[in-house]
Amino acid sequence: MTRMHDMGGRFGDGPVRPDAEDAPVFAEDWHGRALAVTLAAGALGQWNIDTSRHARERLAPKDYARFSYYEKWLAGLATLLVEKQVLRAEDLAQPADGGEGGEGTGAAAVAPHPLAARALKAAAVAPHPLAARALKAADVAAALAKGGPADRPSEVAIAFAPGDAVRCRRPGGNRLVDGGHTRLPSYAVGALGRIVRVHGTHVLPDSAAHGLGEAPEPLYAVAFAASELWSAPEHPGDEVVLDLWQSYLEPV
Amino acid sequence: MPHDHCDHPHSLLPPDPALRVKALETILTRKGLIDPAALDEIIDTYQNRIGPANGARVVARAWSDPAFKADLLADADPLLADLGFYGRQGEHVVVVENTPAQHNMVVCTLCSCYPWPLLGIPPGWYKSDAYRARAVREPRKVLAEFGVSLPQDTSVRVWDSTAEVRYLVLPMRPEGSDGMSEDELTALVSRDSMIGTGLARKPEAPA
Repeated sequence: MTRMHDMGGRFGDGPVRPDAEDAPVFAEDWHGRALAVTLAAGALGQWNIDTSRHARERLAPKDYARFSYYEKWLAGLATLLVEKQVLRAEDLAQPADGGEGGEGTGAAAVAPHPLAARALKAAAVAPHPLAARALKAADVAAALAKGGPADRPSEVAIAFAPGDAVRCRRPGGNRLVDGGHTRLPSYAVGALGRIVRVHGTHVLPDSAAHGLGEAPEPLYAVAFAASELWSAPEHPGDEVVLDLWQSYLEPV
Repeated sequence: MPHDHCDHPHSLLPPDPALRVKALETILTRKGLIDPAALDEIIDTYQNRIGPANGARVVARAWSDPAFKADLLADADPLLADLGFYGRQGEHVVVVENTPAQHNMVVCTLCSCYPWPLLGIPPGWYKSDAYRARAVREPRKVLAEFGVSLPQDTSVRVWDSTAEVRYLVLPMRPEGSDGMSEDELTALVSRDSMIGTGLARKPEAPA
C-alpha cells in the first residue's frame, strides 16, 4: 500500500550533502522554469495542492526513483494537464519549436490522422476556454502573497487536547480510495503518541486529492518517542512530531 | 486502480528535462494558458526577493524583543502577516524554539514542504531522498553531516511537515551577541539554523 514517496526512515540513501547557503536558488535554469510553469499552470484552477502532490506520488516507482526533483514536478504536471483535459495527449506530443518531440510512445501518438491538420488549425484559432484565467505577470506578486490557506470550518468536533495519548490507526493508507493520497507516513502507522498542539480544522488531503470534497476535520501535532518508531533510536529523549488528522488517530 | 495509468503523458515530451520544460512552456503559451513574462516574475521573486533574509528578520526580532517572541511562539500567523511574510506555502506557520534542553529540526518526509515566505525555495539537500529518509530516524547522524553535534542532555525533536502547517526553528541566540542591534543580529541567522540543521553563527570577535 505504500508508494515511493513515503520514504521516512528508509535505509540506504547515503549521506546528506549540504550545499553552501549562498548556492544558487535554482541549480539549473530549467529548475526555476519548471517551478514557474507548475505554479502558473496551477493558477488555472483545475486542481488543488493535494491533487498535484498525488500526481507526483503516483509516478511509476521506477520513474520516481530515476527522476530528479523537478522532473517529478514536470511529470506530475503533464499527467494533470491531460487528466484534467487542459491539454490533450496529442498536444504534448507536438514538437515544440520544430524540434523532435516525444520519446517512444510519443511517435505513435503523433502519427497523423488524415484530419489532424484541420483539427490543429481549428485549435489554433479558437481560444482555449481557460485562457482568460492565465496568470499575468502583473498579478504574480498578489497571487503568491494570497496563498491558499487550508483551514476551514468543520462540523467534526475536536476530540483530543494537548497531552492526550493517541495511536495512529492501522492499517494506514487512504480509506476513501484504495491506493489514494494520504499524509499518514507508513513509519507512524500503529504508533503510540501524544497530542502536543491543536491546529484547528483543515482540509483532509485523502478526500480533497480525489475530488471528493474538502471534508475538513481537526488536525493535530502529535509527538512520538523515537523508541516508538525505530528499533535503534539514537537517544532516549528524541521525538518525531507529525501533523495528523483526527481520522488518522484513535484514542488510547 | 482509478488513479494509476499505463499511459504516461510525460513520456510524450522530450526526455531531456530542460527540453521537457521548454516543450510544456511552449505548448501552454501557444494556447494562451501561461504568460512567459509571468514565469519570469515567479522566478525573479524566489531568486531575488523571497528568501532566508525574511526568516532572519523574524528571528532577530524575537531575540531582541521578548514580547514579540512570546507572541510569535504562541501564534505566529498574525505577526508574520504584519511583517508581510504571509503567502504561498506559509499560510499556517508554527515557530519552535531551540533551548539547551531541546533542539528542533524540520523535514518533509513525504515531499518537500517548507516555509516559502520565510525561507524561499528549499535547498537541494532538503528535497533529497537522503534527508527525507534519514532526518526522522537518525537526526543526530544527519546533524553531524552538517557539522553540528549536540550535548547528550539535549533532546532532538524532528518536525515532519505532513500537513499545510510550516515550521520555522527559532535558534538559540549565540553567546557574545549581547548589545547587537536587530539588524546586526540578522547576519548571525543562517538559513540552516532556521531549518534546525545548523546553529546561529557566532559573532566575529572584534579586531
